[in-house]
Amino acid sequence: MLLIECPYCGPRAEIEFSYGGEAHIDRPGPEVSEEEWASFLYLRENTKGVLAERWRHAHGCGRFFNALRDTRTDEFKAFYEMGEKRPDAEKKEGEGA
Amino acid sequence: MVEITEGCVLSRLPASTRLILQGRQPALQAACGALGVETVPEMLCTAEGAGGHALRVGPFELALQPTGDGLAPLEAALASVPHSLVEVSNRNVSYTLQGWQAADILAALCPLDFSLAAFPVGMATRSILDKAGALIWRTADQTFHIEVWRSFAPYVEGQLHEVAKSISYNILTVQH
Repeated sequence: MLLIECPYCGPRAEIEFSYGGEAHIDRPGPEVSEEEWASFLYLRENTKGVLAERWRHAHGCGRFFNALRDTRTDEFKAFYEMGEKRPDAEKKEGEGA
Repeated sequence: MVEITEGCVLSRLPASTRLILQGRQPALQAACGALGVETVPEMLCTAEGAGGHALRVGPFELALQPTGDGLAPLEAALASVPHSLVEVSNRNVSYTLQGWQAADILAALCPLDFSLAAFPVGMATRSILDKAGALIWRTADQTFHIEVWRSFAPYVEGQLHEVAKSISYNILTVQH
């Protein structure tokens, strides 16, 4: 079982949480093309490595938050609130990923 | 009131008024004021005022248990602040679980650490009891106030009895 640190409640067991998929995906407006809309709905990075993802503390405070998790090891790197920038954003750009 | 195991009593509490308030700091502050609580309790903490209890179960959320006058003072205090106040009195069923085995029984159904250091008196949080969501509030060293949704109550009650039956054979206990 994963130990997930809710930014509001602290470390809790995985069964208190529900998974929200990849984070930082902007919902486009209604004017976009079919292709762009399909890409928003279905296309994901499918990252091998550090992934920013959403979690919701469903059986707890009920809030959504973001986490950085290495998909290869399940190791969490960071937990941060909704609306905050991805903590490793600069590093990621530097790597040209 | 049922003694579910030696030294542990489960009591179903009579109907009472319970509300969930969602809002930002000014709304939480106004509601606390109406209950006679001076400052909004910190996350997972509770406070008692002349008008009832306030449980901080979320960053923008309070579970309120007013006594006496009920809704009117709260609604008056919140009138000018954006908020959502929902009465959940009928949705929830409350229990108290009391006795020296209470923490051990809860620990069998919930992944939280119920030692006094990790879950001190006055702490309240939502979590799960086996498969059902529950609000767990430690009101004294060996006393927990538990709220579950009404339709889950027979299930949770059954699970508590089931654990209590077997816990006397369990050598693992929560270290205080």
